[in-house]
Amino acid sequence: MSHETNGKAPILEADHVTKRFGRITALEDVSMRVYASEILCVLGDNGAGKSTLIKTLSGVHPPDEGRLLVDGEPVRFSSPRDALARGIATVYQDLAMVPMLSVVRNFFLGAEPTRGVWPLRRLDLREAEAVVRAELKRMGVELRDMSVPVSALSGGQRQALAIARAIHFGARVLVLDEPTSALGVKQAGIVLRYVMEARTRGCGVILITHNPHHAHMVGDRFTILNRGRCEGTFAKAEISRDELVRRMAGGEELEQLQHELRAS
Amino acid sequence: MSARKWLYRPELGVVAAVVAAWLFFAITAGDSGFLTLSGTASYLAIAAELGILAAPVALLMIAGEFDLSIGSTLAASGMTMALCTTELGWPLWAGIAAAAALSACVGLVNGLIVTRTRLPSFIVTLGTLFILAGGTIGTTRLITGRTQVGGLEDAGGFGAAQKLFAGQIGPFSITLLWWVGLTALATWVLVRTRPGNWIFAVGGAPDAARRLGIPVDRVKILLFMTTALAACLVATFQTVQFRGTDVLRGTGKELEAILAAVLGGTLLTGGRGSVFGAACGALLFGMVQQGIVFSGVDSDWYKVFLGAVLILAVLLNSSVQMRAAEARR
Ligand SMILES: Nc1ncnc2c1ncn2[C@@H]1O[C@H](COP(=O)(O)OP(=O)(O)OP(=O)(O)O)[C@@H](O)[C@H]1O
Ligand SMILES: [Mg+2]
Repeated sequence: MSHETNGKAPILEADHVTKRFGRITALEDVSMRVYASEILCVLGDNGAGKSTLIKTLSGVHPPDEGRLLVDGEPVRFSSPRDALARGIATVYQDLAMVPMLSVVRNFFLGAEPTRGVWPLRRLDLREAEAVVRAELKRMGVELRDMSVPVSALSGGQRQALAIARAIHFGARVLVLDEPTSALGVKQAGIVLRYVMEARTRGCGVILITHNPHHAHMVGDRFTILNRGRCEGTFAKAEISRDELVRRMAGGEELEQLQHELRAS
Repeated sequence: MSARKWLYRPELGVVAAVVAAWLFFAITAGDSGFLTLSGTASYLAIAAELGILAAPVALLMIAGEFDLSIGSTLAASGMTMALCTTELGWPLWAGIAAAAALSACVGLVNGLIVTRTRLPSFIVTLGTLFILAGGTIGTTRLITGRTQVGGLEDAGGFGAAQKLFAGQIGPFSITLLWWVGLTALATWVLVRTRPGNWIFAVGGAPDAARRLGIPVDRVKILLFMTTALAACLVATFQTVQFRGTDVLRGTGKELEAILAAVLGGTLLTGGRGSVFGAACGALLFGMVQQGIVFSGVDSDWYKVFLGAVLILAVLLNSSVQMRAAEARR
C-alpha cells in the first residue's frame, strides 16, 4: 500500500502512535510518514482524530504509545517550539496572526529583524518589507500596500501569508489544519495552489481536510482516519476520487445511509 | 500618507475633537484669556501631568489590560517621599528613589497577580487601588497623626529637584518637556521596536503571540511597572511643586488616564491604539477643563462636557473605521 520515495528516509514519521484523553482513545496505533516534496492528505470525518494527529506531530501532545521520528531519528517534542526547531511548522486555523497588525509586522511577529545597538535598537521595517514582498511574490501573491492590517486581506491571502511565513522560517514539513474549510470555491482553489507551491519548493506538506475533492486534486498520498484508527494509506495512482469519498465516510455506513434516506 | 490611510488611524476622532474644542473656546472665551500665553500654559500644564499617565496607560490597554491603581500609587509614592524626607531626614533624592522602588513593586505585584491568576486586571488593580489608598491614609496618620505632610523645602537637594520637576520655562511648566519627551519615547517604542510590536500582539491575539514565542507575561508585567512608575513621576512633580502632599492626591487619576487613552482611539479590548492619540486625549482634557473656567461657566460642569465628548469621539472613531474597513472589501 504505502510506497517509498526514491528510497530516502521520510522527513517526519509517526510510528504506531496512540493518544488517549482519559477514556477516549483519540488515536490508536496510527502510522504515517511524509517525504520531502510531497503532499500527504490526512482525511477523516468529524472526530476521526485528525486534529489530534497533527497536535501530536507538532509537539502539543506527546504520544502515549509509539514514537515520532525526524529524518529517521526518534525525537520527543515537549512543546511546539521544539517541533519548530526541527523544521516542523504548523499553520493552525487561526493562522497565529494579529488581525489589526500590518502584513509585514505579522510576518515577522516574534522574530522581527532589527538594526542598531540596544538603547537604539529598532525594527528594520524596510528590510522586513522587502523580504515579505519577495516571499509573497514567490507564492504568487502581489500586494500593493504591505502596511494594511491583516484583517483587510482575503481569507486566501491570509493563508498564503501564513504559509509563506512558515517556509521563510525554515519549515521542512508544513502541517495545515483544514486550510480550505472556511473558504469559498475560488479562494479554496487559490489556497490549494499555494499548497502545491510549497511542495514545489521542497516542503513535505501534511494537509488535513475532510474534503476528499480538494484532497484528490493536490495530494500525492492519502491517509484515511476513522475513529482514531488508520484505515490505510494510498498513493494517488491506487485510489480514485470516488473510492476516497467512499472510504472516508466509512463505506458501508454511507451505503446504509443512502438506503435509509431512499426508504424514508 | 494617503487620505484612505488616515481613516485607519486611531487618532482621527481625537484630533478632530481637539481642533473643535480649541475653536469653540477661542470663540466663546477668546477675549477672557483662553488665547493668551498664560491661558495656553495653564491647560498645557494639566495636559502634561495627565498625558504622562495616559501614555503608559495606553500601552497597557493596547496589551489588553487595565490599571486602576495608579491614582492611589500616586498618593502612596508622594507620601513615601514626603515621609522619608520629613520624618527620617533623608535627602529628597533618597525619598524619590524609595517612592520609585515602592511603585515598581506595586506594578510588579499587579503584573504577577494578573499573569499568574488570569483574573481580569480590572478586578486585581481595583483591589490594589483600595489597599494602597487605605494603606497610605493609615500609615500617614499612624506616623504623623495628620493626613497632610508639608515642609519639604528643607530637605537636602530640594533646589535642584525644584528646577527639574517644578521649574518654569517662560510661562510654561517644565512638566511640558517631560510630557513631550516621554510621549515621543513611548511612541517610538510602540511603533519602531520589537517590544512595541509585541505589545500589539499581546493585546490583539494573546494565544497566537504565545505560540510565536512572545513573552506575553513579561510584556504585561513590565507595562504594569511602567504605569506605576509614571504615577510616581507625577507624584514627584506635585510633591515638589507643593512642597508636600496629602493622602488623597491622585484620586480619580486612573479614570482620567483611561479616558484620555480611549479618547485617543485606544480599544478597551486591546490590540489597537496610539500614544499620540492618548496625548491628544490628555490635551483635550486640559483644554476643556480650563476652557470652561475661561468661558465663565461654573467649572463644576467640565466633566459633563468631557463625558459627552468621550462618547462622541468614540462613536466617530468606530463609525469612520467601520466605513473604511467596508470600503476595502
Ligand atoms: N483535549 C482533548 N481532551 C479530551 N478529548 C479530546 C481532546 N481533543 C480531542 N478529543 C477527542 O478526541 C477525538 C478526536 O478529536 P479530533 O479533534 O482529533 O477530531 P478531528 O478529526 O479533528 O475532527 P473535526 O473534523 O471535527 O475537526 C474526539 O472524540 C474528541 O472529542
Ligand atoms: Mg479538527
